[in-house]
Amino acid sequence: MNAAVKTDFRVPVLGSLFRFQWEPAQQAYVLLYPEGMVKLNESAGEILSLVDGQRNVSAITAALREKFPQAGDLSRDITEFLEVAREQHWIDYR
Amino acid sequence: MNSTGSTTANTLAREQKPHGQPLWLLAELTYKCPLQCPYCSNPLDFADTGAELTTDEWISVFRQAREMGAAQLGFSGGEPLVRQDLEQLIAEARKLGYYTNLITSGIGLSAERIAAFREAGLDHIQVSFQASDEEVNNMLAGSKKAFQQKLKIAREVKAQGYPMVLNFVTHKHNIDQIDRIIELCVELGADYVELATCQYYGWAYENREQLLPTRAQLERAERITNEYRETLKAEGNPIRLIFVTPDYYEERPKKCMNGWGEIFLTVTPDGTALPCHSARMLPIEFPNVKQQSIEAIWNASNGFNHFRGDEWMQEPCRSCDEKEKDHGGCRCQAYLMTGDMNAADPVCAKSPDHHLIEAARASAEAEHPATAITYRNERNSRVFARSG
Repeated sequence: MNAAVKTDFRVPVLGSLFRFQWEPAQQAYVLLYPEGMVKLNESAGEILSLVDGQRNVSAITAALREKFPQAGDLSRDITEFLEVAREQHWIDYR
Repeated sequence: MNSTGSTTANTLAREQKPHGQPLWLLAELTYKCPLQCPYCSNPLDFADTGAELTTDEWISVFRQAREMGAAQLGFSGGEPLVRQDLEQLIAEARKLGYYTNLITSGIGLSAERIAAFREAGLDHIQVSFQASDEEVNNMLAGSKKAFQQKLKIAREVKAQGYPMVLNFVTHKHNIDQIDRIIELCVELGADYVELATCQYYGWAYENREQLLPTRAQLERAERITNEYRETLKAEGNPIRLIFVTPDYYEERPKKCMNGWGEIFLTVTPDGTALPCHSARMLPIEFPNVKQQSIEAIWNASNGFNHFRGDEWMQEPCRSCDEKEKDHGGCRCQAYLMTGDMNAADPVCAKSPDHHLIEAARASAEAEHPATAITYRNERNSRVFARSG
């Protein structure tokens, strides 16, 4: 229940193989890597846009809560996405 | 039933069906190359093509394609290092927002130039090897110094912090060393390894008898690759092994280029624009970036519209319930093997020409005298240009 309120101090960084950017032609954030591209959905794009090697997971969650106040509790979605992103080597923790 | 009416309706439907964006731009900067690999993807008559695009012409191509949505840019050839303006082209491409890939043999590369590319914003370097073994590598490359140079360059690429893909084109002469190939890639610190079986077009088609592995060779190589995948994963090594099987051992064809004119745009050294780097062999007139904009080429040219949709299909493809899956397979392979570019890809077991594939498989099982390999070089290319 209140596990979600605990501060998550882990700091995600983008994997060294990946470049993250906004693609105007696709109106989407993408991850680019050697000869490939992942088109991200809106929430994945918003989360990764806050992965800067400075913010920890709780700071990212707080920033998104501020940006999307009507979205409710996002922490679980964010944790789940970061889990997937780590499995894919899109991110790692410092 | 009015057949004219239905054709018009189909044509309209096709015109209205949106095709994809050219997400991937392959810039074949030059056909010049210090190596002579007998499975080169360049056209047989490359010696006969026109003048290379200038620096400004390439930059204009990059800008236009980027506006159309292209995000990946591959610098290829020939050997792209031959172009003295490569640093400038990389810098311009990076500024436009591309993810920039250099696809090179490593011959002619130095630590200084790798650093200059980094400075210009190059994202990734792919180094191609011919084999894990010096002698076989140099025999296939047609060069005595190639292997040692490649090792040196691969180490330098990693030392300078680039993501690195190592590409091994596999075939009869090197596929049995797949374990040594993989170990070499691990030792060199590759991020991705492409174990790509030869694709039989152009030069490789000429040399198919010397290159096509047997089914047993292929199955062994795939099994060993799978074993390495598990072991490496268990060791926590993030290296990715990509194993590309030759379609000659499939019963259904590959979906050529993920759809003709759907994702890929190749521009050749003289500015000819192609939906796939092999397509130049087809009896179709392809547009040139010197005469037309990328927008007109992608959306309106006959060359790019030729195999969009399924109007062009004949039986057995036309009524096939799998036609959406593979679009009848590869147009170049159909043309190369049957002489009819609208035919079903002979790889398909439903194709009336499938026996051609079966004959090639049978030939791979037989012992062949060590007939000379046709190396990809200017002299041999002129022979093809004259007879073509």
